[in-house]
Amino acid sequence: MPEQTVIEAVRATMQAEMQRDDSVILLGEDVGSRGGVFLASDGLIDEFGEDRVIDTPLAESSICGVAIGAAVNGLRPIAEIQFADFVWPAINQLVGEASKVRYGTNGVKTAPMTVRVPYGGGVRGGLYHSQSIEVLFAHTPGLSVVAPATPYDAKGLLASAIRSEDPVIVLEHKRTYRLVKGDVPDEDYTIPIGKAEIKRPGTDLSIFTYGLMLHYALQAAEMASAQGVDVEVVDLRTLRPLDEDAIAESASRTGKALIVQEDTPAVSISSEVAAIIGERCFFDLDGPITRLGPPEIPPMPFSPIQEAAFMPSPEKILAAIIKLAEL
Amino acid sequence: MSFQVELPHVGESVTEAVIGKWLIKPGDQIEKYDPLVEVITDKVNMDVPSPATGTLTKILAEEGETVLMGAVIAELETGEESAPVTPTESSPAQSATSSPSASRIGTLVQGANVGPTGGEFLDTSLSTNEPAESSEASERSGGVSRRQKGFSPVVTRLAAQHGIDLNSLVGTGLGGRVTKKDVMTAVEASGSSSSSVGSNGDEIIDPTPIRKMIADHMVKAMTEIPHAWSAIEVDVTGMVEWRAANKDQFEREHGVRITYLPMALAVVAGALREHPRLNSSWVDGKILLKTAVNVGVAVAAEEGLVVPVVHGAADASTVELAQQLDGVVKRARSNSMTIEDVQGGTFTLNNTGALGSVWGGAIINHPQAAILTTEAIVKRPVVITENGTDSVVVRSMMNICLSFDHRIIDGAEASQFLQAVKSGLEAITSESDLK
Repeated sequence: MPEQTVIEAVRATMQAEMQRDDSVILLGEDVGSRGGVFLASDGLIDEFGEDRVIDTPLAESSICGVAIGAAVNGLRPIAEIQFADFVWPAINQLVGEASKVRYGTNGVKTAPMTVRVPYGGGVRGGLYHSQSIEVLFAHTPGLSVVAPATPYDAKGLLASAIRSEDPVIVLEHKRTYRLVKGDVPDEDYTIPIGKAEIKRPGTDLSIFTYGLMLHYALQAAEMASAQGVDVEVVDLRTLRPLDEDAIAESASRTGKALIVQEDTPAVSISSEVAAIIGERCFFDLDGPITRLGPPEIPPMPFSPIQEAAFMPSPEKILAAIIKLAEL
Repeated sequence: MSFQVELPHVGESVTEAVIGKWLIKPGDQIEKYDPLVEVITDKVNMDVPSPATGTLTKILAEEGETVLMGAVIAELETGEESAPVTPTESSPAQSATSSPSASRIGTLVQGANVGPTGGEFLDTSLSTNEPAESSEASERSGGVSRRQKGFSPVVTRLAAQHGIDLNSLVGTGLGGRVTKKDVMTAVEASGSSSSSVGSNGDEIIDPTPIRKMIADHMVKAMTEIPHAWSAIEVDVTGMVEWRAANKDQFEREHGVRITYLPMALAVVAGALREHPRLNSSWVDGKILLKTAVNVGVAVAAEEGLVVPVVHGAADASTVELAQQLDGVVKRARSNSMTIEDVQGGTFTLNNTGALGSVWGGAIINHPQAAILTTEAIVKRPVVITENGTDSVVVRSMMNICLSFDHRIIDGAEASQFLQAVKSGLEAITSESDLK
C-alpha cells in the first residue's frame, strides 16, 4: 500500500475528486500556478485548467462568498484558506451565510462546499501562522467540521466533505502535513463525518483528542504503558457533530477521561467533550474529567522556547496520564 | 427511498387523535400536500396532507385507531435515493471497535520540513524525549496529603450494586483512595453470593424466581388495573352453628374436614353466576365475560403465595367443593400442583381471616376483574331489631372485602355482588342441608 504524507493525501484526493466529478472546482490564494502555499494543489492547474483551478485575490471573504454562489448554483467548490489565521474576514460568509443556506431556502438550495483551512502551531509560525480556530465553526449549527490527523483520514474525510450536500470545514493541522506519513489505499473510500475512531485501545483511561495532539497522545500512551498504565486514545476526527456515542462509550468503559487539545481550553472542544462525558457517564466515572491544553494567552509565542512551553507535548500529556491513573 | 409518515402535532394540548378515513389505498400514488388521511382530535377534524410525493406502501394505523401525535401512521415509497450526506466507510472494511493498524495511523518523519511556507523550520521534536520536569509532575508529589478521601460515582454505584462495604476495602489509589479496580477486585473475591451484608449490617437477598414472579405480577396488576374497594359485614352466626353441629358427621361421611372456606366458596360461586361482570376480564379495551366460574383460592405455601384453582365452582356442591379444595390445597402445600391446578382462574377468594385479619385491600389477581377476602370471624355485640325493639346481642361477625377493576365494575354492581354473598352466607342456619 502506498505511503503518503498528509499533504500528499490531500493533493491526491482533490485530484481524484476533480477527475471523478466535473463540478468540483478549486479556488484560493496561489492555488493555481504556485500550487498552493503548502503545494496542496501542485500541478492541478495543468491538469484541470484555469476554469477549475482559480487563483483569487487576497480576499478570504470573497473566496468563501464566491464558493457559496458556485455551490448553490450546482458546483462543488473547494475553497482554500491559506492559513486559518486569515479566515476571520470570511466568518460572515461561513458562519453567517453558508451554514444557513439549506434552512434559509427551506431546503430548496444547499451549499455543497468544502473549505480547507490549514491551522495549528508548533511550526515557528508566531502570531499569524499558528492559530487554532476550530471552536467558532464547531459552534455553528449548519456547518460540519472535520479535523483529520492521519493521511488515511485526510483522504477519507476530504472525500466525504467534497461529496457532502452541505458546507464542511476541513481543518488540516499544518504541522502534520509533512510530519505524518502513513498508508493510504489507492482505491476510492470515504470516512463518515461524525465518527470518532479508537486509534489505540486501552483499559485504564481514555484520551480524547484530535489533530496534531493525536500523535503526541499516542507517544504519551506508549510511554505510559512502560509504566504499567494502559491508555486508550480516541481520535475525535469530526469536531461537529461530535461522536457522542463513541465518547460516552469509551469514557464509561475506562472510567477516566483526559481531553488533550492544542487550542486554549476555555469554551472549547474539550469543554464540549467534558460536558458530554459529564452528562452521559457520571455514574461510570472514577476520576475528575481532566483537560490539558495551553495557557490562556492570546498568541502562540514566536520564541522557540516559549512556543515549546505553550504547546502541549508528549511529556506533558504523560504527566497528566500518570496523575489521573494514580488517582 | 422509504418515507415514514408521522401524525403531525396540531396543537399544544392535543396529544392523540383518532384516525378517520384513509383517502387513498396502499399502492396509490400521491402528490406532496395532497390530502392523505382524515384525523379526528378533541379539538379539530382535519385532513393530513402527504409530506412527500410517492406511493403509499403501508398503512400502520387503521381507521378508528387512537394514535399518539408524532407516531408513524404510514409509509411512502418516494423513489428517491437517500442523499449521500453520511457516506459509509467503504474501504478497507473496519468494525467500530477495532483500531487501525500502526501503518495507517502513520509515523512521524524525522527532520521533516514543517515550516509555514516551506524550507526554514526542520522538526526536532522527535529527538528530545527526556521526560520534562513539568509543573504537573511536581504538583503530583504534593497532592497526596492535600487530597481528601472520597468515593467516586462509579465506586459508589458498583459498591451498592454488589453489596460491597467500601469501608472494608483497602484503597490502592492516591492517598488510599478506593478505586474502581479495587471494588471490582473485591466483587470477584466475594463471588456472586445470593445474599450479602450491607455496610450497616442490613442483609441483601436475591429473591427466588417465584418471589420475582409474584413481584412482577403484583406490579402488573397494580399498575394496569384501576382498583376500587368495598367491604361489608356479614352475620355468620348461622354458619358457625351449622359447622359446630355437622363437622364430625361431615368428616365421617365425606372423608374431609369441613371448614368455612368451601361453604363461603359455594356461596361466592353462586353469586358470580348471578353477577357475571365480577367473573370477567378487561382484554384489549373490551370486557370478556367468562362462562366458566373457576375460583382461585389463595394459599400461603412455603415459597410464597400460590393460588390453586377450583374449576367449575358454581356447579359443585359444598361437599364436592370441600373435597376439591382439600386435594388442591394439599398439593399446593406439598409443592406438587399440576398446571391444571393453577390455570384458568376467573375470580379469586382469599381467606385472610385464617391469619386473623379483619380488614384488607387485596390486589386483584391479573387479569381477573375482582378478588374477595373473607376476614376473621369474631364475636361482637350487635344491635338487632325484632318486632320494633332494638336489643344488643352477641353474634359471630365476619367482614368480606372486595377489590374490583373499576374499568369493568362500578360501586353499585360491586355492592350488589357483596349483598348477594352476604345474604347467601346469612341464609345458612344450623338446620341447613348443605350438599
